[in-house]
Amino acid sequence: MEFVSPEGLRLDGRRPMEMRQIRAEIGAVAKADGSAVFEMGNTKVIAAVYGPREVQNRTQQINDQALVRCEYSMANFSTGDRMRKPKGDRRSTEISLVIRQTMEACILTHLMPRSQIDIFVQVLQADGGTRSACINAATLALADAGIPMRDLVTSCSSGYLNSTPLLDLNYVEDSAGGPDVTVGFLPKVDKVTLLQMDSKLPIDIFENVMQLAIEGCKAIANYIREIMLENTKQLEYRRGI
Amino acid sequence: METRLANIWRLTVNEKKFIETALQSDLRIDGRRPFDFRNISIKFSREEGSAEVQLGQTHVMAFVTAQLTQPYKDRPNEGTLSMFTEFSPMADPSFEPGRPSEAAVELGRVIDRGLRESRAVDTESLCVLSGKSVWAVRVDLHILDNGGNLVDAANIAALAALLTFRRPECSLGGEDGQQVIVHPPEVREPLPLIIHHLPIAVTFAFFSNESTVVVDPTHYEEAVMGGRMTATLNANNDICAIQKAGGEGVLQSVIMQCLRIAGQKAYDITTKIKNAVESYNTERALRKIKRHPSSVALDISGAGVNKEKNQNKPVPQKGDSERSNLTSEKSVADQSMDIEGEAKSSEQQQTNKIDGDAKNFIGGPSSWDPYSAGVNSDFLKASLASRGIKMPRRKEQDSRGENMTGEAKPVEPSEDINVSSSNIEASETVLWTNGEKTLKDAVKPKNKRKMKSSSTSER
Repeated sequence: MEFVSPEGLRLDGRRPMEMRQIRAEIGAVAKADGSAVFEMGNTKVIAAVYGPREVQNRTQQINDQALVRCEYSMANFSTGDRMRKPKGDRRSTEISLVIRQTMEACILTHLMPRSQIDIFVQVLQADGGTRSACINAATLALADAGIPMRDLVTSCSSGYLNSTPLLDLNYVEDSAGGPDVTVGFLPKVDKVTLLQMDSKLPIDIFENVMQLAIEGCKAIANYIREIMLENTKQLEYRRGI
Repeated sequence: METRLANIWRLTVNEKKFIETALQSDLRIDGRRPFDFRNISIKFSREEGSAEVQLGQTHVMAFVTAQLTQPYKDRPNEGTLSMFTEFSPMADPSFEPGRPSEAAVELGRVIDRGLRESRAVDTESLCVLSGKSVWAVRVDLHILDNGGNLVDAANIAALAALLTFRRPECSLGGEDGQQVIVHPPEVREPLPLIIHHLPIAVTFAFFSNESTVVVDPTHYEEAVMGGRMTATLNANNDICAIQKAGGEGVLQSVIMQCLRIAGQKAYDITTKIKNAVESYNTERALRKIKRHPSSVALDISGAGVNKEKNQNKPVPQKGDSERSNLTSEKSVADQSMDIEGEAKSSEQQQTNKIDGDAKNFIGGPSSWDPYSAGVNSDFLKASLASRGIKMPRRKEQDSRGENMTGEAKPVEPSEDINVSSSNIEASETVLWTNGEKTLKDAVKPKNKRKMKSSSTSER
């Protein structure tokens, strides 16, 4: 199947280095301390953050830092066929672990000992790149909750089909069986925190694909900063500043 | 989502500081250099498709089984490969029985990704009947001891087990050719899985100070590290999977450097695995040869060696060859049945049998009773008359020793056995003729007498 046409257009009309349209909204869940909705093309994800609050399970309390928990689940209606088991299956467990460790690395946990920060991420629409959308949403939600962080964590995926590196794969391109590289990036310190890859790829081509994903992360970081600035202005306005 | 932190073994602050400071000077606490792997030992058991890997203190076992099942709807022509991990509570105080923890799930998925997505195991060859019946290969990984770096060890174990696994051959039959007949291994030789390449997992640990990276962390280093990355590569420098699940941020250049190092390590480990599998396969092939008693190939077990040398003996002799051949072969066949029964008596019979053959070899009478416990004295007289007794004196001790350890040492070259058997025979003949002969008999008692006389004289 042809994923990149001879004119250089992908299945949805994008160019190989073009990302899908991003949209973010802060404060979707009123009850949560921080929340955000993040859309990348057709993929829509909602994240809610509760914390810092008292540790619910005393045995898990850490005396010198905050405990970070994360739960990733996909809504039954998020994919084409209705999902039987939205959470608790192995893929969800692994992605929960991945998101938790990614966010934990950039949250300043030592400032909040003996407390707990919960991150709940729910996929509402799945069209490829759910992992990246979840991490971006979690970053926004944590910022909305006012939790101190070292840096924003942004994430983007890229692949390699028809000998072309492609940025931000959608579901069809993802399930084509080609390589799928997901990168979680800290833009200010210029470091990679999350890196996942499957399928086979020679090392030098991998370098190009990873570089492309990092560029995508930097673009998302700019957008997230804009959104947060916009949100802060709104808060100021409401406060009457 | 729950992480049971209560049972986790925690490192003391002093130990943490020590490990970190040592790493700043490129020193690791077990004396390795930063990019050295621990010793890998791969063992197999008699069962096909099971492997046991030890990476330093880490101990992992893998078992491969296969079953016929229905394929997935979206892939009707492909078999399935599934991975199950069991973090046994005896491996680590923090492992709990029951549902796999997050770490167990992650380990299973990383190895699964490395094997399945990179098309290392050919799933299309596992299809028997498209859309109806395919082979489902299941790999069970058991962690027996957590000495750090479980992913790498489990990956090697899974690969070794998959390489030595044999699935039963099946064919289509029945009236409409739609019925799947599975042939048992005794009827048709089971087939190996088709594995295109070997994806090897190499784990790196990152520490919080100035991009210190080490390969193959021990569990101490894992408790101190800030982040880890597992890169799965094959020997052709293709990246099959990468898993860096958050943790410490690292520069892009460091990642590329790690990948290059991983490529070298993958090549080394691939050769190790291939050597281990090859030696196991040759051993298994030799073991199979043992089943047919009429074969002349060298066999590994001691009993087999005895049998085989019995075969060798009659072959080179001339004289009354045929009849003795037949009788010896028959007795060998009887021998092979005896061996399963009583070990000791069969050994006795074997040695006596050896004597019989040796005598035949010399050219004595050919009638031989395999069930008699002793040796016919007529033969002995004839044999003794025809040959000297120089050999027994020198090599008696050796032959005694060899006779005892004949069963214990599994591999002995046939030449030694021939020599020892003739020695055994000679020594036995010496014993038997004690009552009959005067001078030539009892070389040993003669020595003893000498010793006794000398000792008495000394006193």
